[in-house]
Amino acid sequence: MSDPIYTRLRALLGSGGVERDADGLPRATPESPDALSLVCRLAHEEGWKIRIEGQSTWLAADAPADLAVSTRGLDQVLSVSPADLVATVQAGAPLDTLRRRLADEGMWLALDPPGRPERTMGSIVATATAGPLRHGFGPVRDHLLGCTVATGDGRVVKAGGKVVKNVAGYDLTKLQVGGFGGFGIIAEVHLRLRALPRADVTLIARGPRDDLTFAARRLVEARLSPAALELLSPALAAEPEWVLAARFLGTDAAVQAEVGGLGSGGDLAWEALPAERTAAFWGAVARGSLGGPITIRLGVLADGVDEALDLVAHDLDEGLLSAGPGSGMIRWTGDAPIERLRGVRRTAAAREAPMTIERAPWALRRAMGHFGAYREGVGQLVGRLRDSFDPGQCLSVALEGGE
Amino acid sequence: MTPDLIEALGRIVGSRWVRHRRAELTTYAMDGLPTRESYPGVVVVPADAAEVREVVRLLHLIGVPFVARGAGTGLSGGAVADPDAVLITLTRMNRILRIEPGRRRAVLQPGVVNARLSEAAAPHGLQYVPDPSSQTACTVGGNVAENAGGPHCLKYGVTTNHVTQLEVVLSDASVVRLGSPQGDPWGPDLVGLFVGSEGMFGIATEITVRLEPIPPTVRTMLADFPTVRSASEAVSSIIAAGVVPAALEMMDRACVAAVEASIYAAGYPTDAAAVLLVELDGQTEAVEAEAGMVAGILRERGAREVRSASSPADRARLWQGRKKAFGAMGRIAPDLAVQDAVVPRSALPDIMDRIAEIRDRHRLSISNVFHAGDGNLHPNISFDRHDSAVAARVSEACREIMAACVEAGGSITGEHGVGSDKLDYMPLIFDGESLAAMHAVRRAFDPWEAANPGKVVPLRACREWLAAPGAR
Repeated sequence: MSDPIYTRLRALLGSGGVERDADGLPRATPESPDALSLVCRLAHEEGWKIRIEGQSTWLAADAPADLAVSTRGLDQVLSVSPADLVATVQAGAPLDTLRRRLADEGMWLALDPPGRPERTMGSIVATATAGPLRHGFGPVRDHLLGCTVATGDGRVVKAGGKVVKNVAGYDLTKLQVGGFGGFGIIAEVHLRLRALPRADVTLIARGPRDDLTFAARRLVEARLSPAALELLSPALAAEPEWVLAARFLGTDAAVQAEVGGLGSGGDLAWEALPAERTAAFWGAVARGSLGGPITIRLGVLADGVDEALDLVAHDLDEGLLSAGPGSGMIRWTGDAPIERLRGVRRTAAAREAPMTIERAPWALRRAMGHFGAYREGVGQLVGRLRDSFDPGQCLSVALEGGE
Repeated sequence: MTPDLIEALGRIVGSRWVRHRRAELTTYAMDGLPTRESYPGVVVVPADAAEVREVVRLLHLIGVPFVARGAGTGLSGGAVADPDAVLITLTRMNRILRIEPGRRRAVLQPGVVNARLSEAAAPHGLQYVPDPSSQTACTVGGNVAENAGGPHCLKYGVTTNHVTQLEVVLSDASVVRLGSPQGDPWGPDLVGLFVGSEGMFGIATEITVRLEPIPPTVRTMLADFPTVRSASEAVSSIIAAGVVPAALEMMDRACVAAVEASIYAAGYPTDAAAVLLVELDGQTEAVEAEAGMVAGILRERGAREVRSASSPADRARLWQGRKKAFGAMGRIAPDLAVQDAVVPRSALPDIMDRIAEIRDRHRLSISNVFHAGDGNLHPNISFDRHDSAVAARVSEACREIMAACVEAGGSITGEHGVGSDKLDYMPLIFDGESLAAMHAVRRAFDPWEAANPGKVVPLRACREWLAAPGAR
């Protein structure tokens, strides 16, 4: 059935540009934005459904499709500029490769997304999955200066630019960050970098969850500026109790001052992690999000974190749960029946908190959608945006769900 | 505009809030851009969101376009309406609806003046960070439309990084709520799309913003340099050292001269080629230590003198010269074209040379004040727009400066927007396909193209986007 598709793709990309996945599905691996757009255009003209793939370590490669389009041929770090703290990277470039390259030149990207270290930049951007560093450095969108995408019908659209401040035209990059590929396939991203911090110190405190959230609130009010302040469930932290972790990054002077402020701020017994354990600790937290088939995030206001944690712990489970008491971002990983997940989404929505499905098997994504129901009037707006960027509905992405 | 429409608008907002006589319209014929003048058909000043909705509903019914306007301080001709359009001025909607200190949020109407928001938040130890130079006059609604910046955006980000939720009236008078109180998008990031859309997606009638704690310690430093190049290199060295100043501003010799000759004189050294203003904030010990580091870097890079303002009064004085630089330049000539462009930080010294060359060739007076930390330039041209020969040279010089910045890898605007002023430059940085994508997004929000028509995207440069598949 898929042979004609395979043959057409081979004619388009050459034999090196197409392969078959484990199930025999043709998989195109274009190596340039133009080649990517040609694949999309062909699929659009033929009415084929496309599954978008990176390394498939975050979202499973299970969306129904006539062909897969992988970004693994688009894995180059195209340019890095230490003087400007900007990099241009293809979507299939793994984060850990980029990180090493940047560190060699005294720079870093202030993102610590959940999942494996080799997750692709395209995956991180398309799913907008920020980690604990969101507290100090903002969500994924704050690190993107621009991007190049291929739309579902094969147009190459460039958004933003390579400079840190830019208001020329509408900010179309925002549509791609967290768009889950519903508005096109990301080919390249321009990233905002930072100078590699001289000091990187993480302290942890253990205790009952209530004590830790209370202390975390006081820290936030004390005007300390940790890069990350994250509450971790016992299973996620691999500790017998809940853990509050505070990470400070910057010049030696700034980090010393912040850590000093931490000591004076409450009754918690803070323990500084040895420097060699810091990366492993945060790496384990990131990988913890793969400890179950489903990952969700909730965005709640700071004073609603406790209540939202109660909701998730009660209706789902306490398993792999984390929360930013300052950022208001809650992430849960595990397994649960769809009715329960729907219930959490409904309850959260009533409190004006969106619940996004960051990761789940296709059947659940299909049924619930990454976003689920929008607020009044927004659905039509999103529908028109999708029609513009994927007029043939070729991109097999479940934004709204089928309920 | 017909008397019927004027009367119908009057029934919605009250006749005293509808302006249609020529003399009344003069105030609204321009914004901060001196080179574009256009009288709107009529001006209407609604009191609240319900009135905005009613006005838009009426205009939608009869197919009349509209332009939303705040304080009219914009610098790209974006808040100016053609005679066939209705100008909706939002300055009466100036209430801060609530400040939620525990949540670090404020909910406000679009006509609230930027500086007033920080004043209202201050008793809670909080501030609204984006601080455009016009902050004592400009409105937050206008800031949302333009994605406004300001000196302190280097560390804290621009308007888009501080808006979490918007209530928007679309062109058909329907109301949508975008984003969430916390800020995580509810679906695709439509708040991110809306901020900076220059009034072309709809009218924001309620804005939720993030407030940030006022830092415990702030230190402002002033250094003067013998060359612009050495000052630029100092900027890069500070950032490479891992210090993130709250602000990093530069003024050139012409700018300093204008400031020092004005009532805003701040004691800047008038014989310096460039003056750098560096502000650090944070925990006291950290600020003190980093101030020492920064002073060392500044001297190493050739600063002749480094002054440090510790008292609030001295800090305010150092800043006053920078903040009022535009006002000071206003003394030099009847008109001031406040330009705005961006280059990669490393291209700053070269672009300054290029601007000087363009200035000399066109025999113009240009002073430069800029957000050096993020490569955002403001070359300001003092001139008299009634002298048509000079005005033509100004326009040509602006075009050349934009082209030079784009050539250096930059952008045609960092914080002032495209409006009507920079329409022609858009094809310098975006191809027809990308411009068409922008237009398609605008049509998703406003299929009638009724909101602020004719701005931002030069339609003739767009590739056909809405054609049936296969038509290409």
